[in-house]
Amino acid sequence: MKLSFSELSARERVAHLLDAGSFTEILGPAERVVSPHLAQLGVPFSFDDGVVIGNGTLWGSKVLIAAQEGEFMGGGVGEVHGAKLVGILRRAVSTRPAAVLVLAESGGVRLHEANAGLIAVSEVMRALLDVRAAGIPVVMLIGGANGCFGGMGLIARCADHIVMSDAARMSMSGPEVIESSHGVEEYDSRDRSLVWRTTGGKHRFLMGDCDRLVEDDMGAFRAAAAALLGDSKALTLEGLLAEHAMLAKRIECFGDCHDALEIWQRLGVEHAEQVTDMESDQMQNLLSDNAMEAA
Amino acid sequence: MNWQTLVQSLFGDAHTIERKGDVLSGTAQLPGQQGQILAVVGTTDHAPIGVETALAQAKVILDTVQKHPGRAILLLVDTQGQRLRHRDELLCINRYMAHMGCCVDLARRSGHRVIALVYDQALSGGFITSGLMADTCHALPEAEIRVMRLPAMSRVTKISEDVLEALSLSNPVFAPGVENYVAMGGIASLWRGDLQSGLLAALADGNITDQRAVLGAERGGRKLSNAVTQRVLAA
Amino acid sequence: MEHLKFDFAGEHAPQNFKAILVGVVGSGNLEVLMEPGADPAHCTISITTSARGFGPIWEAVAQNFHSQHQLAGVAISINDMGATPAVVSLRLDQAAASLSFTAGPAL
Repeated sequence: MKLSFSELSARERVAHLLDAGSFTEILGPAERVVSPHLAQLGVPFSFDDGVVIGNGTLWGSKVLIAAQEGEFMGGGVGEVHGAKLVGILRRAVSTRPAAVLVLAESGGVRLHEANAGLIAVSEVMRALLDVRAAGIPVVMLIGGANGCFGGMGLIARCADHIVMSDAARMSMSGPEVIESSHGVEEYDSRDRSLVWRTTGGKHRFLMGDCDRLVEDDMGAFRAAAAALLGDSKALTLEGLLAEHAMLAKRIECFGDCHDALEIWQRLGVEHAEQVTDMESDQMQNLLSDNAMEAA
Repeated sequence: MNWQTLVQSLFGDAHTIERKGDVLSGTAQLPGQQGQILAVVGTTDHAPIGVETALAQAKVILDTVQKHPGRAILLLVDTQGQRLRHRDELLCINRYMAHMGCCVDLARRSGHRVIALVYDQALSGGFITSGLMADTCHALPEAEIRVMRLPAMSRVTKISEDVLEALSLSNPVFAPGVENYVAMGGIASLWRGDLQSGLLAALADGNITDQRAVLGAERGGRKLSNAVTQRVLAA
Repeated sequence: MEHLKFDFAGEHAPQNFKAILVGVVGSGNLEVLMEPGADPAHCTISITTSARGFGPIWEAVAQNFHSQHQLAGVAISINDMGATPAVVSLRLDQAAASLSFTAGPAL
């Protein structure tokens, strides 16, 4: 019985992802840690400032969790929101859970608190890398309709693992921003197929930019997250040198491609034109050894 | 200030810093510290940070960590933010930029001091994985730091410019301005006049933990961040 | 932003309960926080809303909710971003549905 990840609120996602009844919220809505800045601007605030944090268990193992509410201010990171993320990451270093799960759904920095959001994003990155250095995996789960953009897209790529659904997107800039900067020929923001080919879960998976691709289903996300518990990938000089070499090779191999379709074809994906219609579980079979090396 | 003038003020002729495209890189001799070499990397001309630019800067960091144990690194920031092109999105620009940030973090963890200076412009995402990942980030008083200009912010948030301007007088949380970033702890200090002593003071500070939220509370620009984080830790 | 508050004398006091939150503050939506109230005989409803000038409608919705549930010892706080009366009623009912009135150990 499928339960869509993208259609649930952050709070509901947490309840369904973790073992039933195991979640204890930290700084929950009753504590009213709200944004004073939104109030000053005459904009409605949310009792949890758009992010749910706390601890619980997944398949019996202790985890810390943070889930962004995409419907509130587009999931944008403000002062309090960012501080809650930093807090839960710092807490991981002392409590040593099997993983920190971050359900990211965000356009990036919350404009109404732009400067605080910008600084907070870098504070979250530094805190996340501290968790990694402590040998605790940080797992990003990206499945919301708003995707994971801007500063959160940067944070995502600092994590040990990323699980995406085909409904999700992860990137830096919103298509509208690119279109208004350089025109519709550069990037037609209303061409949904183009947007998803460029930034969606399937493309990111084929390129190796997310390590798991799942269906838009709570059960699938839960299983994927559980399989990654304890799977820490320390950042080393060797690792970063290898990453660097791969990123340089990517530009060599695909830097002249105009569309994801071209990339998939060069990756050796058979029937690349059918990728957009495929189910997520069929995608696993597309990755041959050649394809993984090129990515 | 243009990069040549900046570099001259900091190091005189005692440097090998050159420009390739938008990227600056090289080494310099630390003022007054005989024999101590500094690695320097950054951008100029309000560089948009695309995949190549992020990678080129990351390379300098990695080369330094690989070949020069303990060598301090100076990041010079002048950027208009991430490059707004379909190609960069397609190739996963956030991965390239995150890579730069991870390299800076590795350098710090490996015993390299990393200091950043915004000498002209620092906008939005282009700033996060360079300047804001350093041990501390500093700025020249005339630097421009912002996420978005007020007119554009007004259009997106649908809040009138008048309201935004009025509020920005008492709240540094969203309006452009280097002073706002100083008040919020994001910028540790402004280097006025004697830039060399600014650099030396930054390097002399041995702390490599992230103190910006504490600083923001002390200076009053971010009254909640540190308090909220501490509450999460204590819960 | 407009702030409204309603206070009703009620009858049905729920068992000791932890704060309940339903809904999300998004366009056309609202969040409802239901907590133990200070006054054991009353139900209070405090509203913060971005939609101005709908006092009478909020009053009608609040009154209707209270007529149905007659809660006591409950404080309800709402952050609203232009939800329709139907959606407001729905969220209030969802929150009330989480309450327990049967005799038993306090949570």
